[in-house]
Amino acid sequence: MTTDILIVGVGGQGTLLASRVLGNLAQALGYDVKLSEVHGMAQRGGSVVTHVRFGDKVFSPVIDESSADIILAFEKLEALRWVGRLKKNGKMFINTQEIAPMPVITGAESYPADIEERIRALVPDAVFVDALKLAEEAGTTKAVNIVLIGVLARHMDIDKSAFLDAIRATVPQKLLDINLAAFEKGYNAKS
Amino acid sequence: MKKLMLGNEAFARGAYEAGVTLAAAYPGTPSTEITENISKYPEVYAEWSPNEKVALEVAIGASIGGARALCCMKHVGLNVAADPLFTVSYTGVGGGLVIIVADDPGMHSSQNEQDSRFYARSAHVMMLEPSDSMEAKEFVKAAYELSERFDTPVLVRSSTRLSHSQGLVELGERLQRELKPYEKNIGKYVMMPGMAKKRHVVVEQRMKDIKAFAETTELNRVEYRDKSIGIITSGVVYNYVREALPDASVLKLGMVYPLPEKLIRDFAAQVDKLYVVEELEPFFENQIKAMGIKVIGKEIFSVQGEYSVNFIAERIGGKKTEVFDPGALPQRPPVMCPGCPHRAVFYALKKLGITAMGDIGCYTLGALPPLQGIDACVCMGASIGMAMGMEKARGSADKLVAVIGDSTFFHSGITGLVDMVYNGSKGTVIILDNSTTGMTGHQNHPATGRTLCGDIAPAVDIPALVNSIGVQHVRVVDPFDLKALEQALREETERDALSVIIAKRPCVLLDKKYTHPAYAINDKCKKCGVCMRLGCPAIAKKDGEMRIDATVCTGCGLCPEVCRFGAIEKAGDVK
Repeated sequence: MTTDILIVGVGGQGTLLASRVLGNLAQALGYDVKLSEVHGMAQRGGSVVTHVRFGDKVFSPVIDESSADIILAFEKLEALRWVGRLKKNGKMFINTQEIAPMPVITGAESYPADIEERIRALVPDAVFVDALKLAEEAGTTKAVNIVLIGVLARHMDIDKSAFLDAIRATVPQKLLDINLAAFEKGYNAKS
Repeated sequence: MKKLMLGNEAFARGAYEAGVTLAAAYPGTPSTEITENISKYPEVYAEWSPNEKVALEVAIGASIGGARALCCMKHVGLNVAADPLFTVSYTGVGGGLVIIVADDPGMHSSQNEQDSRFYARSAHVMMLEPSDSMEAKEFVKAAYELSERFDTPVLVRSSTRLSHSQGLVELGERLQRELKPYEKNIGKYVMMPGMAKKRHVVVEQRMKDIKAFAETTELNRVEYRDKSIGIITSGVVYNYVREALPDASVLKLGMVYPLPEKLIRDFAAQVDKLYVVEELEPFFENQIKAMGIKVIGKEIFSVQGEYSVNFIAERIGGKKTEVFDPGALPQRPPVMCPGCPHRAVFYALKKLGITAMGDIGCYTLGALPPLQGIDACVCMGASIGMAMGMEKARGSADKLVAVIGDSTFFHSGITGLVDMVYNGSKGTVIILDNSTTGMTGHQNHPATGRTLCGDIAPAVDIPALVNSIGVQHVRVVDPFDLKALEQALREETERDALSVIIAKRPCVLLDKKYTHPAYAINDKCKKCGVCMRLGCPAIAKKDGEMRIDATVCTGCGLCPEVCRFGAIEKAGDVK
């Protein structure tokens, strides 16, 4: 048995750091772990996805279609784009932030207004959180990733202190306090 | 103690533990982090070379000098380094020599999907392929032993999924190894016909010896389970096979060239139905079929893209997966960053109707809408040769330029420019000098004044270099001074002589700490949309109004230069 968490977002949102927090968390809990990341061309403001898998034994570093137990989405449109990777009965935690992709910026297409409905039609208990606002409240918009780790922690069957230890092991010391505050914001978010 | 490591970090660790003292490379996704990681070990001299050919030659020199040496590159980098590869196969090594080459199935960050296993075959060099981070470390260590045992360079193949996945790695100690004494041996190291003919005989015998070794090495592993299905596979795909068909028997090839013929025959004889599951080309399949063994491969699989657990389960097991369908959505292609200095150049090229032969880097994104400022892109350094060829084919009346980045210019642009000088081009080359190797994550290069390890280095002076080759008309412009840039483009493309324009401005990501005032759109806006032709992620149209997102704007000041109505002005500090 493995736990498979897909983290999706837009290049530059800090999905890599979030996946490394979860990787350190799983390793500390004694699991086998694999993470798969995106570097290079695709990072430049494109759609990015990182895969986190842990369990007794993990072979593939990649979460395939219809396989994710959880999707943690940093942006709404990306949440919908990657929904095909979610298992039936899988869980979704979604930042309501909207980032316009280039075809929307140029006016060639428009940002879909019905994303929440479309997701709820497939995943009725999907959780939507304004993580950007919570990160701002914690002191920096850059901490959206750790806010979302907080949201995830609230809904996982893993001790909160293990998450906090994993954040301490991953985040640079000078940014620790602000990230711990961001985690609490996410952990205590109403959903 | 196990450590969670990126495949590329594990490759570097393996080389470190094997006692490597020199590493050379040119950055290229997905291989870059191998060299970045090995540079952190103080016992290893590591460098960014100007290109992969030079990097391999540096590593060969170190190997002849008795050191264990590492050279890393992406798949297309091996094309550049192919010339020394084919002949170092003949000379063999002094100290162990390992070349790690990372393929990119699915083309996450590449211009083609070539399969580097063919290089092993045609250069007569053994190739290993690990399947996860732990094996990445162990196989590199094994590669050094094999390199010295068989007197051969060894290729180690990676892929994007291996290089950029993390897994747990058990760390080991570094081998304490003395430099081998250097002995002059022209029969082995001077490859001219008389000597090379003799060395070719040695190479063929060596391949026979390695083939015999392949039959028994633990790098190749047979896992018998249910024998109704047998699968021959390697690398990261092994993991997909194990999840898609957990009960199937598997022959996992850790040495992907040369193949162990007897081991394959024995495995084939034991299973009812034999499949080869390999991404990209039918490399194993064709060799196995040539052995006269019945095997199913590309008739049910693909030579394109990455494989997956579901794909294999469907093609072999017939298992269909039901998937949530998100419906139609706008795509999100990668874009030039807000504040990117390249944006101005492509805006100006499009506006002036100039045809541009492009090159490899962040600026290749200048081909996409709305900028659409690039007409062709083939490989590193190709822009200059292509511009030369188009000029000679069509005459110099056309408005035509080559556009190349600073790091790419050093990689393989200089020789193209020499051709333009020598063969009388009247064209124009634009060097986009952003003071870094951008796309691969900001590596130093010969003009940044820093080495891979961050030490101060002499900075090659690009205008002086270009001038010294024989280009008479060289001008440096700031791309954010759009008027000056457009004037330079007009004058130089009309000039009846060869010219180089250096558009100089550091990459915006190097400049993170400095905050500029953000811009905002005021009520003079006529909604003409010219600002949106810049393709800046900070500018969008919302509810019929142009908006600048102050959290995204870097204050580069390009958009007020294109606005004819004075509708874009500074509005406080960037958040």
